[in-house]
Amino acid sequence: MTTKTTKPDTYAIAWRLPLIVWQGLFFVGPLLFMVAMSFFLVKNYRMEVALQFSNWQRMLSKDFFWDAYFFTLWLALLATIITSLVAFPASYFLAFKASERLRRWAIFFLIIPFFTSYLVRIFAWQVILAQSGVINAGLSYLGLGPWQMLNTQFGTMVGYLVLCLPLAVILQTFSLANIDKRLVEAAHNLGCGRLRTVFTVVVPLAKTGLIVAAVFCFILSFGDFVSPYYLGGSKPPTLSIMIVDTSKSGQQWPRAAVVAIMMIVTLLVVAFTAIGFAYRKRGK
Amino acid sequence: MKDDKLLRWVLALYTALVFLFVFAPIAASLVFSFNSDRFPTIPLGSFTTDWYVKAFSNPEVWDAALRSLIVSSVTAVIATAIGFSAAYSDYRYDFVGKKAFLVLALLPPTIPLIILALAMLGWLSMFNASGLTLSIIIAHTVLCAPFAMAVIRLRLNQMDPNLEPAAWNLGASEWVTMKSVVIPFTLPSIIASLCLTAAVSFDEFAVAWFVSGLNKTVPVVILEILTGNIDPQVNAIGTAVFLVSITLVVIAQVLVLRSAKKPEAA
Repeated sequence: MTTKTTKPDTYAIAWRLPLIVWQGLFFVGPLLFMVAMSFFLVKNYRMEVALQFSNWQRMLSKDFFWDAYFFTLWLALLATIITSLVAFPASYFLAFKASERLRRWAIFFLIIPFFTSYLVRIFAWQVILAQSGVINAGLSYLGLGPWQMLNTQFGTMVGYLVLCLPLAVILQTFSLANIDKRLVEAAHNLGCGRLRTVFTVVVPLAKTGLIVAAVFCFILSFGDFVSPYYLGGSKPPTLSIMIVDTSKSGQQWPRAAVVAIMMIVTLLVVAFTAIGFAYRKRGK
Repeated sequence: MKDDKLLRWVLALYTALVFLFVFAPIAASLVFSFNSDRFPTIPLGSFTTDWYVKAFSNPEVWDAALRSLIVSSVTAVIATAIGFSAAYSDYRYDFVGKKAFLVLALLPPTIPLIILALAMLGWLSMFNASGLTLSIIIAHTVLCAPFAMAVIRLRLNQMDPNLEPAAWNLGASEWVTMKSVVIPFTLPSIIASLCLTAAVSFDEFAVAWFVSGLNKTVPVVILEILTGNIDPQVNAIGTAVFLVSITLVVIAQVLVLRSAKKPEAA
């Protein structure tokens, strides 16, 4: 495996440096700069270096910020729960009922959308969900509708599902497939009902993976601005939309930075709480 | 058990529906792109290639396509090089601060793109480096390097740890061993990584939108058309974009899977 070298030679350093330099300059650098930027001032549409708390004061004292904050938190939590629940039966099927071959193909196909234009997929949903779109046209044949789906929270949720579902199914399937199947059989043999087995044996055993999948759903939907904007109609705006609006119009990058830092802090807290919970030993 | 069989079918049907949901937009945009209606619905309108003609006679689209091509290929090369070196460092060495190194290597995809976009815009503007094609390449490399590292690290996992020492014993230097043993062994994953990172860069819109200024890539053009009104041109452009990124991702996956099947081959 890994060889311990007493003194790092040029060869070893040469392979370590590219990542450190590049991510230091263009990942850590920008993020630290953003923190500094939140204390800058904007005068005549130009940013000036300063150390003022006015941006923080201005944003954090406003109701519209906190409204957007809790609304975004709510949407992301809802998306996490919905995605996890929608994904679970499919992951359960792929992990326990499908053949090895089918499972591999399913994962193969689920990876494709994760790496293909989210924007175009959301546009397609915009057309499908529209007032005169495919779904409402279908409903009208049944004598139902039309239902307003675009520019509602429902629309936003469809978008988040588009974003998170493939990844959620992949991660859940992996964690379920790794369960020791004998434990599940043992539960059956001892007369444990099917649903009860799922909730008292399967879910606790796969807890870590299921929570990791949920955390990814939360991160993805908390930061996404496309679904709440193009499917949710930006009514009301989320934090991500607020970043776009504040920085694109008016050049208020420092205020946008305040919003961004609040988002990062929230994500860190949620992620670490959830991961801590995921790895907590079972028992009293 | 009969009960068991029924459950199996219900779950299979459910899974099929999940897949339908996941792939519906891709199919829809393909169908709509050949449909004459401006606001597609059922029943479908007549067959047309107008949207393609319209989209492809737009010089802005060609301009953006060329830029996307340049950005994604240059990004793929740099990101793969960085990803390779990081993966190799992780595979071969234990060193002080390795945990921090790995965090640095894998963290970028967990930061929301919109935040990275803002941070990158501020940072690059400080050096008067925003609004350039190069700015997009720099930012996309940050996003893509972790994927490159993951793909190549997986392949290195399959390399016999005695392979390198064997070459050294036969008198090859570390650099020569790298060139004639490690790189050939990891070649499938290097190509897979090039394809995958190119696909990620080709589809990325948030960061590109913030840092590109007037140098728009294809997803940025799509984003701007979307902000206007429902325009079926997007379906035509989108179908072309899907075709490119799906091809790249599938090539990457096939390479990863095929090399996973025969871990012995060097």
